[in-house]
Amino acid sequence: MQKESEYIITIKNLNQYYGDFLAAKDVNLGLEKNKVTALIGPSGCGKSTVLRTMNRMNDLIKGAGTKGEVFFEGKNIYDKNVDPVEVRRKIGMVFQKPNPFPKSIYENIAWGARINGFQGNMDELVETSLKKTALWEEVKDKLKQNALSLSGGQQQRLCIARAVAVQPSVLLMDEPASALDPISTAKIEDLIDELKQTYTIAIVTHNMQQAGRISDYTAFFMVDEERAGFLVEMGSTDQIFFNPSDKRTEAYISGRFG
Amino acid sequence: MKEIRKHYHEAIAEIDREVLKMGAHVEESVGKAMSALVNQDTSLAEQVLAGDEVINRFEQQIQDRLTVLIATEQPVAGELRHIITSLKVISQLERMGDHSVHIAKAAVKIAQEKFIKSLIDLPKMAEYGMKMVHEVLTAFSDRDKDKAISVAQLDDRIDELHNQVWRELLTYMMADVSTINQATTLLFVSRWLERFGDHATNISEWVVYDSTGEHIELNL
Repeated sequence: MQKESEYIITIKNLNQYYGDFLAAKDVNLGLEKNKVTALIGPSGCGKSTVLRTMNRMNDLIKGAGTKGEVFFEGKNIYDKNVDPVEVRRKIGMVFQKPNPFPKSIYENIAWGARINGFQGNMDELVETSLKKTALWEEVKDKLKQNALSLSGGQQQRLCIARAVAVQPSVLLMDEPASALDPISTAKIEDLIDELKQTYTIAIVTHNMQQAGRISDYTAFFMVDEERAGFLVEMGSTDQIFFNPSDKRTEAYISGRFG
Repeated sequence: MKEIRKHYHEAIAEIDREVLKMGAHVEESVGKAMSALVNQDTSLAEQVLAGDEVINRFEQQIQDRLTVLIATEQPVAGELRHIITSLKVISQLERMGDHSVHIAKAAVKIAQEKFIKSLIDLPKMAEYGMKMVHEVLTAFSDRDKDKAISVAQLDDRIDELHNQVWRELLTYMMADVSTINQATTLLFVSRWLERFGDHATNISEWVVYDSTGEHIELNL
């Protein structure tokens, strides 16, 4: 079972709208510190929407409205006096398609730190960030090269390094490996396992086996008749994959619908 | 909602049917072995020996098919438990088949001898054994844990009969040492039938695991 006292992010009675459309309904869940939580479910079930509510990424979508609360370090990130930019520094995000800046590998890491007022040794920060994402050995001799010259898997690890460079406490990943080949995917999965020593991770994935392999907890979402996404069940990944409580979870993870 | 992975679910249903067929062979083998013993029918005993090869082949083929399903379909949750259960069930059935073989060999061994006593309890034990295989496999195919638990109670009957046979044969041996050879053979038969019931009970335990994911002890 999850330990509520260990939650770093707690979502309470969350409803997320896009215009009139209710995309996620009455969601309650928590991310336990230094654990990996996987959000799974069929397409359109609101799992990415819920992920994006955790660092106010939905604010950037026109017509988006959030009701309910998301507590991070004891504070509701949707409070009026909270700066969403500061929220996103502490709760970083990695996307499905690797999206490095069209700049050098070095600059990809340095840029975020610099605009956040980083005063320390930039070379050191670049090196440690690349080491944390197991990329250093592969790129240390070509830091001035354009990041777009890297392979897709390397680009994705660079994006994770970039997120890590601003020292967040949570990393949100939206299908970080779905555009990658199996070897690059395995490297990302190993990396996630390393990163959870330092960070709390939430990951949206369509790959059920991936959720089974890398996560400690799994939250399963579905859509209701009005196409609103809702949380069906959340539990330890072992329990969800071995003996889920809800028949719908069982049917989905067994691939009986989706 | 439209069913997907139909092929996979059909494969599982088909393997279930193969397990039931294997069980029918095991049920028949213990019945025949007992009949061979009681009627001192060596050709029937030979049939049991040949039939065991069929049972062994069933085990291998079912096991290979289940292995392929695990490799290609990555089963989880209830389906994974059912596949694991199936693997366990067939290995129990295979060993039950071996006990039939042991009984058939015993039948051959004493086929030319005059019985030291009429065989009454041993056939009863075999009948309970056959009933157990039949019913526990019905429970397996229906994923019916309550039925599996109730089938396991039949094992108590077999155990009681085994103790009774044992006491009885001991008396014969004490009274007349010339009975020892046949009495020990019959004692072994009783022991194999008792083991046969234990294996059926193990299957009951796996059927419970299939439904609940929990291991329970029915062999008490």
